[in-house]
Amino acid sequence: MKSKSYNNSINSPSVLIKDLSHWYGVQSIRRQVLYSVSLKIHPGEVVLLTGPSGCGKTTLLTLIGALRQVEEGYISVLGKELNSASRKTRQLLRKQIGMIFQGHNLLRCLSAEQNVQMGSDLLVGYSYRSRRDKAREWLRIVGLEDHMQKLPHDLSGGQKQRVAIARALAARPKLLLADEPTAALDSTTGREIVSLLKKLALEQSCSVLMVTHDPRILDVADRVLKMEDGKI
Amino acid sequence: MNILSKRRIPLAWLLLTRQPLRLFVALSGICFAGILMFMQLGFRDGLFDASVTIHKLFNADLVLMSPRSMSSISMSGFPKRRLIQTRAHKDVIGTTAVNWNFLLWRNPETLSTRAILAMGFEPSESLLIDSDFSLKAEYLKNKGRVLFDVLSRPEFGPIEQWFSNGRKVDTEVAGKKVRVSGLVSLGPSFGADGNIITSRETFLQLLPSTPPGSIEIGLVRINKNANPLKVANSLKNNLPDDVKIFTKDQFIEFEKNYWRTSTAIGFIFTFGAGIGFIVGCVIVYQILYSDVSDHLPEYATLMAMGYSIKNLLGVVAREGIFLAILGYLPAYFSGQGLYLLVRNSTKLPVAMNNERALLIFILILIMCMGSACVAMKRLIDADPADIF
Repeated sequence: MKSKSYNNSINSPSVLIKDLSHWYGVQSIRRQVLYSVSLKIHPGEVVLLTGPSGCGKTTLLTLIGALRQVEEGYISVLGKELNSASRKTRQLLRKQIGMIFQGHNLLRCLSAEQNVQMGSDLLVGYSYRSRRDKAREWLRIVGLEDHMQKLPHDLSGGQKQRVAIARALAARPKLLLADEPTAALDSTTGREIVSLLKKLALEQSCSVLMVTHDPRILDVADRVLKMEDGKI
Repeated sequence: MNILSKRRIPLAWLLLTRQPLRLFVALSGICFAGILMFMQLGFRDGLFDASVTIHKLFNADLVLMSPRSMSSISMSGFPKRRLIQTRAHKDVIGTTAVNWNFLLWRNPETLSTRAILAMGFEPSESLLIDSDFSLKAEYLKNKGRVLFDVLSRPEFGPIEQWFSNGRKVDTEVAGKKVRVSGLVSLGPSFGADGNIITSRETFLQLLPSTPPGSIEIGLVRINKNANPLKVANSLKNNLPDDVKIFTKDQFIEFEKNYWRTSTAIGFIFTFGAGIGFIVGCVIVYQILYSDVSDHLPEYATLMAMGYSIKNLLGVVAREGIFLAILGYLPAYFSGQGLYLLVRNSTKLPVAMNNERALLIFILILIMCMGSACVAMKRLIDADPADIF
């Protein structure tokens, strides 16, 4: 296992944000959701972002995830500046960012194994067989070796979220973004999922930014950021 | 190795097959459209082919006709002298004068009459390519004898059955007594429900109004090594304008062209096939569009994971291709079956040919890919930022 390396001069931060502001809507209904947000996430760090709903957490997450065009401020993710990034650059960057959603967002028509392979299929230069083996390996790691061929609607909520984690990690991300991964789960399962997520992320020396307002899981974080009214 | 590293989860295939009901509806729609196109185009081509069944059988390289003849159902006569004049050409090795008209045939069983196409020729000359035919033609040297086409419609009477049983088949043509002295196999066409062949002598007796020096068709056979087009051109230069010269292919095409351009048949059946195409387009578009709409969050998820819009458009395109292939195959085989049914019940030469099979596959492919392209527009709406 690779140890955490804070403030290591060789490793540039995974996420670096300076004075990021963001608005929604146009003209009269234009509303600011982020006010000069600055933050830094180092490789291998697990950061939790909490705050009341509507405070801009998810907006921040989608900006870091290169899903939205940056409006004002500086943002660089995994060494790529996002301010003027083209559609293509953002798409390529997204391959290195694992995402876990509030809903599991699995593909309904694919079995658990195939869903995870949609993640490992993003890797270049591996044979089909080796990508499938990787998918199976990840499902074993998240404890679903007996459910590989099941379709998502045959799985429980916790199992689906495990598949989603396996899928996100199968693409070997350097940054993992999770939006309320425990929202649909009971407390024990939620805790299990988060611990698993942290353990696996650290093994991959992957930084994690998790949005949550579940107070029970705050202790897994290296750092907790509180957000309110678009400010950290 | 390169191929293996390119291989991905067959998402398009799984999207289709994991929703069997939707797939079934889509395939039924495509198959229906395909069958409709096969039938309409099959009928059209079959009817055009049927109009030239006899034309194709003529033992001729060049054909002479009156310039006033528009088609096999409206033949005009021209002087037989013109046919004789062609023999002066060094490459012409044989000619046959043919009279061609519709006469009333009396059904010997029910005694009702019906128009039948009668051809008269000199039995000592060659008329059809069929090698048996010259033997049968010998019988026509007696007066009042005819050869009956067994593929004629049943309304003309049970001639084949009676004749094969050894019974003497006597009946009337144009009010004069004739005897069937043999059977031939030609086939009905658009204009003619049945055919008889007789000698010119008998023909002139049956239809005394025909001037003896006038014929409707002149068949010309030329040297094997000679080029039919060249011979036709040099004959054209030497003959007056009261006769037209065709090569055999031009003769066949002339007849087909009449049915194609001077009747509504071509339009009606092509229109029918067009309707099939449009119905298919609407069905496939509906299916693909609702498929993309239903899976929009999943497509957005894939985009968030780092799949490019090109990857996803490829998925929809592949769905289109799968639908085209899976829908075409049952349409092709149903088409074969229906053609057989049509052949047996109408005796029209409706058959599958590769060109039509390919044409309809391409039409179905266009149908599916066109619909997929329109459905892709919906995919552009997938915003990965919305799924959080």
